Amino acid sequence: MIKRYPWLLAASLGNLLFLYAPIAVLILFSFNASRLSARWQGGTLQWYRLLAEDEALLAAVQNSLLVGLVSTVIATVLGVCAALALERFPFRGQRAIEGAILLPLVIPEVMMGVALMLFFVSIKLPLSLVTVTIGHAAFNLPIVVVIVRGRLRKLDPGLEEAARDLGASAWQAFHRVTVPLLMPAILGATLLAFTISLDDFIVTFFTAGPGATTLPLKVYSMVKSTVTPEINALSAILVLVSMGLIGLSLALQRKPV
Amino acid sequence: MSPIAFPPKTISEQGRAERPGLAGWLLAPALGWMGVFFLLPLALVFAISFASRGTYGGVEWTVSVANYLNVIDPLYLKIVLRSLALALATTVWCLVLGFPLAYYIARLPARWQGVWLLLVMIPFWTNFLVRTYAWMFMLRTEGLLNTALIGLGLIASPMEILYSTTAVLIGLVYGYLPFMVLPLYAAIERLAPSLVEAAWDLYASPWAVFRRVILPLTKPGIVAGCLLVFIPSLGAFITPDLLGGAKTMMVGNLIQHEFLVVRDWPFGSAIAFVLMGLVLIGVMAYVKAEESDRGQKEER
Repeated sequence: MIKRYPWLLAASLGNLLFLYAPIAVLILFSFNASRLSARWQGGTLQWYRLLAEDEALLAAVQNSLLVGLVSTVIATVLGVCAALALERFPFRGQRAIEGAILLPLVIPEVMMGVALMLFFVSIKLPLSLVTVTIGHAAFNLPIVVVIVRGRLRKLDPGLEEAARDLGASAWQAFHRVTVPLLMPAILGATLLAFTISLDDFIVTFFTAGPGATTLPLKVYSMVKSTVTPEINALSAILVLVSMGLIGLSLALQRKPV
Repeated sequence: MSPIAFPPKTISEQGRAERPGLAGWLLAPALGWMGVFFLLPLALVFAISFASRGTYGGVEWTVSVANYLNVIDPLYLKIVLRSLALALATTVWCLVLGFPLAYYIARLPARWQGVWLLLVMIPFWTNFLVRTYAWMFMLRTEGLLNTALIGLGLIASPMEILYSTTAVLIGLVYGYLPFMVLPLYAAIERLAPSLVEAAWDLYASPWAVFRRVILPLTKPGIVAGCLLVFIPSLGAFITPDLLGGAKTMMVGNLIQHEFLVVRDWPFGSAIAFVLMGLVLIGVMAYVKAEESDRGQKEER
């Protein structure tokens, strides 16, 4: 089939070009000496140096890391517990509860953003990094549940039962058999949640108050005002960081059961 | 998975018998968090969508459907229809671009399939803002595309692509193409090559092979891919915000505008619910397609 249709290969390569060219160009021009032009005028690292000196940017990075860490811990702890409860203790009305927990995965992000903003304003909680963190934990929790539950479902229940047969208590069997087997999924989910938090723009945009600028908010305001090589340099760094984190997350989740 | 000697429920039954309250304790924190920080806010938006705007931008508690009727106002209806049209166009383009790619990947030797799928996914892991900015950089008047085309002598003066519907469409297709390729690949991979060969052997034209063999047998993947692209495109915010202008506002931008600029929260809430309704219709169609696909497989 493929031999009969060389255009399939051509179309596929065209797709890859479409997917990669913009990112490649973006990174390449982060080394361009010219500030304004899209013509190549020699290589430089000065845009990266400017980034390192931009204090507002570094503060935004700090904010993002803080929000990412705290919200990921909350989402992971609550999410893992919920995944265990849903998979190991089936109960009546479970589907409704599941639906309530997983709904954020399908509704538009804008909806989640405005809902949280209205809620925080109504209960008079000032918009700040705290409200951003709460929001991030809320959209990451379902993701943790889905990943950890998927792994739990694949685990052979015979393993835990064998431990019980050999005299382990329920807690010992869980702690010494199930938890180690679950660890790759938990770590994978943690990294994914952290990455999504670092990358999130929409929910942050609605729930962040003045002074609570995270990295994506900073990138947004930079992009909105002008196109400069500094943004290219920042983008290049972000591309590498996200890819590294997600690659790690996938590698962890792939470990055979 | 290794064979299971007894029903897998055993552990849960055991667990329930030994620790009757444990499930509740495990579930309560997550449920509490999502209840307070997700369901409650959602209910609040719903309630406010029936209220009206106070004099100074606050909320006056009334019960009326005026906000929903306001959505049908030509001014706003145009934005909703534009969003639907753009989401539809994005879906069609992703399908046209993604199908050959998915077909090619599915017919590669197994070890190359993984590599190609990874190549499709990698750009998707890049921050959405960055990916959108990449297109601003390419398309703007003094951007790379215009510079290159003028340099090659193909055009005399730069084209105004950025801040147009075309730019938004490009950005959306770029953002969601992987969502189309993955389910298409999964469906085509299941399609036995012998069926296509049989059609060739029976002298079917290429078009007939595609329309009467490949298309019907990969329909579940096509439906899944289309919905996975259509749903996020409809609620897009960043792409139209950065690549479009005032004339290409989509529903997501209208909601943001009503909430943060006009400060008409009740109307903004009503539009948000209309958007969510449209998206949930899509999600339900997706679940239904998945179920009917599963049913078909069981029949086979």
